[in-house]
Amino acid sequence: MQLPKSLQAFLQEAGNLAAFTGRFFREAFRPRYEWREFIRQCFIIGYKSLPLIGVTGFIMGLVLTMQLRPSLVDYGVEAQLPAMVSLAIIREIGPVITALIFAGKIGSSIGAELGSMKVTEQIDAMEVSGTNPFKYLVVTRVAATTLMLPVLVILSDAISIYGGYLGVNIKANTSWSLFIKQVFEILDFSDVIPAVIKTFFFGFAVGMIGCYKGYNSKKGTEGVGASANTAVVLSSLVVFIIDLVAVQVTDLLGLN
Amino acid sequence: MKEQEQAYQSTQPTPQDVVMDIRDLHIAFGSNVVLDGFELQLHKGECKVVLGRSGSGKSVLIKCIIGLLKPDSGSITVMGKDILNMDHEELDKMRMRIGFLFQSNALYDSMTVRENLEFPMRRHHIDLADQTAEQRILEALENVGLEHTIDMMPVELSGGMKKRIALARTLILKPDIILYDEPTSGLDPVTSREIAHLITEVQKKYKTSSIVISHDMSCVHTVADKIAVLLDGKKRAEGTYSELAKSDIKEVKEFFE
Ligand SMILES: Nc1ncnc2c1ncn2[C@@H]1O[C@H](COP(=O)(O)OP(=O)(O)OP(=O)(O)O)[C@@H](O)[C@H]1O
Ligand SMILES: [Mg+2]
Repeated sequence: MQLPKSLQAFLQEAGNLAAFTGRFFREAFRPRYEWREFIRQCFIIGYKSLPLIGVTGFIMGLVLTMQLRPSLVDYGVEAQLPAMVSLAIIREIGPVITALIFAGKIGSSIGAELGSMKVTEQIDAMEVSGTNPFKYLVVTRVAATTLMLPVLVILSDAISIYGGYLGVNIKANTSWSLFIKQVFEILDFSDVIPAVIKTFFFGFAVGMIGCYKGYNSKKGTEGVGASANTAVVLSSLVVFIIDLVAVQVTDLLGLN
Repeated sequence: MKEQEQAYQSTQPTPQDVVMDIRDLHIAFGSNVVLDGFELQLHKGECKVVLGRSGSGKSVLIKCIIGLLKPDSGSITVMGKDILNMDHEELDKMRMRIGFLFQSNALYDSMTVRENLEFPMRRHHIDLADQTAEQRILEALENVGLEHTIDMMPVELSGGMKKRIALARTLILKPDIILYDEPTSGLDPVTSREIAHLITEVQKKYKTSSIVISHDMSCVHTVADKIAVLLDGKKRAEGTYSELAKSDIKEVKEFFE
């Protein structure tokens, strides 16, 4: 039986990505460690996405609050607004939206950067200069995205909640301390911890896919563009898939 | 008879002054046979040009020499050591002695010229006092006449300047052998000539042995002591410029027209 071409290509791609990920784990835990480059990447990756993630987080909190209010008013539970907003942000919207923006910004830039390094032989040049390019380029970047995305998500959550506070105050008059008290009354460790844990996986996926696409870029500027593009598309998709898995797992563990 | 001759050749010991000895090299990508029994000897202080058409496998050949690609069979001996059966450390040591000028320069886009030149020294753990390292960088840049670019980024450089910086980065480790992959491709004729002269200068000054891949005949004429023609994965002919120009092999003659 012959599989259809597109399915074959998909399976091939999935296999290659799995092999690439396997190589990551083999290389990541063996010296020599590229600490300098890792720290540089953390700084670049975190710092580069901070403004964008801050702004979108703020708008997200504000808009979500304004959208939720009418329904809550209808049910007569307007007082629950801070609790609802913060739960939605912490558990789902903050991690996922931030990860998607991160995929767009960092996934594409990693894909393009490594892609152009590949086609202009910079990766080969590293190898002949006594450097393991996989360790130097891939391991550092994946480790940096894995570590930085959770940090960004926590920041984004905080800014969103502040946006939510302003949103509440458009029509009502709540003091900051009362708002925060309501937020923390409803929030539980079982809301925060799984949400933070899944962001490590999101960050890992974005870094891994960006690196995979860039590292295996096809020759020519077109190839580099395609790497950047497919890196974003694929990592966004994978973020949703991980989210789906995560919700099942937390459910099974009874953390809901 | 011919086969006997070849068999005899490939068991012959490498003569003293041969710094690189490539024998019976085979490599294929899937069904695409690129090298099919290629051989080449490089003598000390010699500049040998490998001539071949686009896609004939010239880049593949020198990537095999530096260990970036693994041939399917054959042997490559550099300065008495077998490149193909080395562990990683030995290979890294060998790579310090072999310079490689990439076809697309391969300057690191995210680094300044200084950092580009520092990179191979730092990564090969060559411990130099800051001053000496800086001196080396300046010397390498001086050799290519571009001291003033030291704090520039690669994007700010022209094609010819990039090529020179790439050469400077190759020179910084003072290699015994330099491999040039199409050093003049994509450059205008005047710049090409300058690069060709630079190659001969470097050759004299550092007493390196070189392999130059090229099909730019004016560059070939300037730099070549000997020329080997790569055709269908094999060495089709070898000789000096004037010898090959008179060759009666059609594919060889075509280059000289
Ligand atoms: N990593 C690789 N995987 C598969 N095929 C390859 C690889 N590298 C080179 N090839 C193939 O080997 C052949 C020779 O390529 P190579 O780059 O050596 O040509 P070249 O002689 O350097 O040509 P040019 O003058 O255009 O640089 C081409 O058909 C190419 O498609
Ligand atoms: Mg080539």
